[in-house]
Amino acid sequence: MAEERAAAFTKRSIKTSAKLAGLKMVVSMMDLTTLEGKDTPGKVAYLCRKALQPADPKYNVPTCAAVCVYPNMVKYARKFLGENSPVHVASVATGFPSGQFPLPTKLNEVRRAVADGADEVDMVINRCAFLAGDHAKVFDEIAATKEASGPAHLKVILETGELVTYDNVRLASEIAMQAGADFIKTSTGKVSPAATMPVTLVMLEAIRDYFFATGVRIGMKPAGGIRNAKQALHYLVMVKETLGDDWLTPGLFRFGASTLLNDVLMQIAKTVDGNYQGPDYFSLP
Amino acid sequence: MSTRLDVKKTYKLFIGGKFPRSESGRYLPAKSPAGGQLDNFAHASRKDFRDAVVAARAAVDGWSKATAYNRGQILYRAAEMLQNRATELVNEIARSTGVSAAKAKREVTLAIDRLVHFAGWTDKYSQIFSSVNPVATSHFNFTTPEPTGVVVVLAPDEPSLLALVSLTAPVILSGNAAIVISSEKFPLPAATFAEILATSDLPGGVVNILTGKRGELVPHIAGHMDVNAIVDGAGVPDISVKLQAGTAINLKRYAKHSPAPADWFTAKVEDPYWILDTVEFKTAWHPIGV
Amino acid sequence: MKTKLKPISRKVSAKRAVATIAAQPVVPLKERRLTFGGKWDYAPAPEESRNYVITPRHELFINGKFVKPRSGKYFPSINPATEEKLTEIAAADEADVDKAVKAARRAYEKVWSKMPGRERGKYLYRIARIIQEKMRELAVLESMDGGKPIKETRDVDVPLVAAHFFYHAGWADKLKYAFPGRTPRPLGVAGQIIPWNFPLLMAAWKIAPAIACGNTVVIKPSKTTSITLLRLAQIFQEAELPEGVVNVVTGSSETGTAMVKHPDVNKIAFTGSTEIGKQLAQLCVGTGKKLTLELGGKAANIVFEDAPIDQAIEGIIAGIYFNMGHVCCAGSRLLVQEGIYPKVVRKLRDRIQTLRLGNPLDKNTDIGAINNKPQLEKIRELVQCGVAEGAELVQSSCTLPERGYWYPPTFLTGVTASHRVAQEEIFGPVLSVMTFRTPEEGFERANNTPYGLSAGVWTDKGSKIFKIVNQLRAGVVWANTYNKFDPTSPFGGYKESGFGREGGLQGLAAYCRLD
Repeated sequence: MAEERAAAFTKRSIKTSAKLAGLKMVVSMMDLTTLEGKDTPGKVAYLCRKALQPADPKYNVPTCAAVCVYPNMVKYARKFLGENSPVHVASVATGFPSGQFPLPTKLNEVRRAVADGADEVDMVINRCAFLAGDHAKVFDEIAATKEASGPAHLKVILETGELVTYDNVRLASEIAMQAGADFIKTSTGKVSPAATMPVTLVMLEAIRDYFFATGVRIGMKPAGGIRNAKQALHYLVMVKETLGDDWLTPGLFRFGASTLLNDVLMQIAKTVDGNYQGPDYFSLP
Repeated sequence: MSTRLDVKKTYKLFIGGKFPRSESGRYLPAKSPAGGQLDNFAHASRKDFRDAVVAARAAVDGWSKATAYNRGQILYRAAEMLQNRATELVNEIARSTGVSAAKAKREVTLAIDRLVHFAGWTDKYSQIFSSVNPVATSHFNFTTPEPTGVVVVLAPDEPSLLALVSLTAPVILSGNAAIVISSEKFPLPAATFAEILATSDLPGGVVNILTGKRGELVPHIAGHMDVNAIVDGAGVPDISVKLQAGTAINLKRYAKHSPAPADWFTAKVEDPYWILDTVEFKTAWHPIGV
Repeated sequence: MKTKLKPISRKVSAKRAVATIAAQPVVPLKERRLTFGGKWDYAPAPEESRNYVITPRHELFINGKFVKPRSGKYFPSINPATEEKLTEIAAADEADVDKAVKAARRAYEKVWSKMPGRERGKYLYRIARIIQEKMRELAVLESMDGGKPIKETRDVDVPLVAAHFFYHAGWADKLKYAFPGRTPRPLGVAGQIIPWNFPLLMAAWKIAPAIACGNTVVIKPSKTTSITLLRLAQIFQEAELPEGVVNVVTGSSETGTAMVKHPDVNKIAFTGSTEIGKQLAQLCVGTGKKLTLELGGKAANIVFEDAPIDQAIEGIIAGIYFNMGHVCCAGSRLLVQEGIYPKVVRKLRDRIQTLRLGNPLDKNTDIGAINNKPQLEKIRELVQCGVAEGAELVQSSCTLPERGYWYPPTFLTGVTASHRVAQEEIFGPVLSVMTFRTPEEGFERANNTPYGLSAGVWTDKGSKIFKIVNQLRAGVVWANTYNKFDPTSPFGGYKESGFGREGGLQGLAAYCRLD
C-alpha cells in the first residue's frame, strides 16, 4: 500500500508555473553533495561556488540549502563559504557510511566537524545494533551524537536500503526522532536502493504522527537515487500532500543529491526559455 | 380369543430436531393407493413454516462452521442409520405408494447410496469449484464457495423418498440448513425419514421436514425475507412461477430441478453442480509485500 | 516490538547563530494541525481533448450498422461537469429492440454459435488490441461523458476494459476445462443493461464473457452515458466482428424493459439498483430466462486498532471517493474500533483536504462531477437527512465549480446503525463513520444490512483477517486493500446485492448452460 500511495504522487502532472516554482523550491532544498575518497579542497570549491550560484542570475534561481561533505572537507567548505553564508555546511559523520566504529571515535569525529564549521551533521545510525535488536543502543548513540553536535542540526541517516522492511524504517524513524534528530534521512547514497518514494512516505508518516504526539516538526531528507527534475517534483508532491505547506521549506525538507541539480536547472531553463537544453550550458559542480 | 388392536401412529412435523404437531392442529389422512386409510399426518401451516425458518436460521451458524470432514461424517452416519432402518422405509414406501417390495427396496437402497455419494462431496466440492485468481496486481486473490444460508427444498411427489434425499443432500452438505416440503401425495416416507434423521448426528434444525399442502405454503415461502434460496423439485409449473416471484421480493436464489421420474434412479442426479445452486462465491483480496 | 523511549530535551544552544537553522518550536496541542494550502499549487493540466470529435448525433448499432431509430426520436447527452450538450442519442423503442434481438438471433444461429471457439477468441483478442490502441481517446470520451476524472478513466477503467477482452478471449476455446465433467453450451441471445458509473467497463464485463462463451448480445447503456459504448461499437466494426453479434440500443428504462420482455432473449444481465433489479426479476418470472443481477451495496470497511492506520486511511479514501462514490461496492460504512476513532477521524479530515475536485479532464483531478442531476439531489437529500438525524458533517473546503453537478468529499461522524445514512446506498462521495468494540461486533454490524456485495477489513494480524473474511456475508472482501478489480477475479454479491458472478472462472457460468 505504501507503494500504491507513493505511485499516486507520481501521477500528478506539474506544468508551467507550478513546475517553475517547484523546481526553484527543489534547488533551495538541495544539499549539494560530494562524498568521495578523491575529494579535495579544489573539488569542494567547485561545489561551494555552484551551491552559491547554481545558474545564470537571469533565471533567478535560489542558492542551494547546503553543501554536504566528508568531515575532512568541512574546514575547506567553511573557508570558501565564509561565516555568514546562506549555504550551510553539512558534514556526514559517525563513521559514514557503515557506522561500524567505536562510539567515542564517532563522537570525536562529530565534535571535530562542528568545530571545523559544520552547522549540520548527517550521522548514520548503528544498523548493526538495530538489526541485532538492540534498539536502545541505537537510541543512545543518536542521543549522544545530538549532544556532541552542539548547536549543529542533526540529520539521522537510517540507511533504509539495509533496514529493508517498512516496519523497520518506521521503527528506526521513531527511535531517531525521539532520540533527538532534527531531520531523518533515508540513505548514505552508498547502498542500493537509496531513497525511494514508498520509504520516504513511511518516514513522512512517522514525522506526521510524531508532530501530533509532541508538537515538534521533524525534517525529512531523501538522499541518493533522485536524479532528475521529474522525480524531485514527485517528492515535493508527496510532502505537500502528506505533511502540507509547513514542510515545504528548506528548514524541513532537503534533497541529498549531486547530479540532480543540473537536471533541475535545465528544466528551469526550458520552462523559462522554451528550448530543450544541453549540458554544456550548465556549469559542473 | 380377542384380536389385538394395532396401535395407530400420527406422523408429525420435524422442526429444529423436534417433532411438533402442526400449530394449527390440522391433520390430513394418508390413504393407500387402494383408498384404504393408512395414518394421519400433520398438515403444516404458514406458522409451522415460519417456525421451521427460525429453526433453520439458528442451525446455520453452527452447521456451516462445522468442518467439512465433520459434515461428511454426519451425512455418512445418516446413511448408516438409513441402512439400519431400511426395512421400515421399504414398508412405508410400499404401503404408501403401492409399489412392490422389491421396487420400494430399490428406492431405499439408492437413497442410502445417494447419501453416501453426497457425504463424500463435503470436503471436495470446494476444491473443485474454488480458484486462486492470477490478478495483475500484487495481491493474493482467491474465490471459495460458502453456503447461502436457509434453503427451502420442495420435493416432487414421486419418488417420494429418493428425490427428497437427492435434492436435500447437495443443499445441506455445504453447510446450509433446509426446510423440506415433502411429497404431497406420499408424505409418510418423508416423515419416517425424519424420524431416522432425528437419531443420526445431524444437528437439530439442519433439516426440517414439513408435510401438508404445498400450494398453501408457496406464497409464504416466496415472500419470506429470511429465506436465502429455494430449490424447486416439485415439478409443478404453477408453483414454480409463484416461487420464482420470491426472487423479486428479497432476491432469494431460485433453482429448479425436474428430471424425468426414472432419472432419479440414475447417477444423472448425483450432480455436484447442484451444490452450486445454494452456495455463494466469495472472493478475497490481500496485498503481497513485506 | 517497540522499545519504549523517552524523548530527550530539545534545547539547542545558539552559539553559532548565523549558520544555525532556527530550532523548530514545540507547537501547543490545540494548534497541531496540517495546512493543505496554496504555498505551492499545481497549475491546470488538462488532458488534450481537441483531437477527439464527438459527432452531433449518435445512432443505434444494429446488425453491424449504425441505424436511425424507427421513431426518429433523439435525446440530448450532456457533460455533467459543464452541463453542455455533447451530442444527441437515438431513443430505441420496442420495434428497434425487436430488430436488434432479431439481428442477434440471426448472428447467433448462422455465425457465432457455429464458429469454433478459437476463432471467436481471435475476435476478442483483436478487439482488446484496438481498445489498447485507442486508450487515450476512450479515456477522454469517458471522462467527458460521465464526469469521471481522467486519472481514473485512463488508469483504471479503460485498461481494465482491454484486460477483460484479453482475459475472456482466451476462454473461448477452453470452456470445457472450466466445467469439469460437463459440456458448456451458449445460451443464445443475451440482453444486457448497464449503469452510468462505469459505462465502458460494465460493457466489457458484460460483452466479453457473453461473446467468448458463444452468445450474441443486445446491450443498453444508461441514458446519461451512451457515447463510449457506441464508440466501442465502432471498434467492433473495425475488428470486423460479424454483424449482429453485438447490438447497442440506446434509450431510457422503457428500452430496457422492452429488451427484458422480449420473448426471444435467453439471458438477462443487469447491473444497477436493487429496486430495478427486483422489477426485472419479476419480469423474468416464468420465462425461463437466465438472470444475473449485480445490484446495490452498503459495504462496511472495518478498521481494527491493530491496523496499519495510514494504509487504512488510503483504503477508506479509495473505498468511498473513488469515482465520486458512484460505486456499488463503495466502502460507504466505516466501522472503526473505538480506541482509534479520534485518530482515524483526524487523519480522514486531513486527507480529504488533499483531494482535488474539479475539471474531470485535468490530470490532477481526484474528484470529478456527479454523473447526473437527480443523483446530486439524492446525495444532498441523504446528507441533509444525516445531519438532521444528528450526525456531524465534515466536508472538504474545496471550492465547487459554478456550472455542472458537484459534491465535495464528505463524511459524517456520530452515525449509528439506525441512521438512514447508515442503511441506504448514497452512491456519492459520502462516508458514514461508526464505531465498534469487539471483532464479533465488527462483523455483526458489517453484516447488518440487506446487501452483501463487498466489505473491507484492516488489521495487521493474519489470523484475524481469515476469521473476519470468513464471517463477512459479502461476495468480495478486500483485506488491507479496497476497490481492486481484475478480470480474473469474480465479482458479485450475496443477499440483495444480486446473484451470479462476473469475471473469473466462476463468472463464465452466467453465460453457459451445461449439458
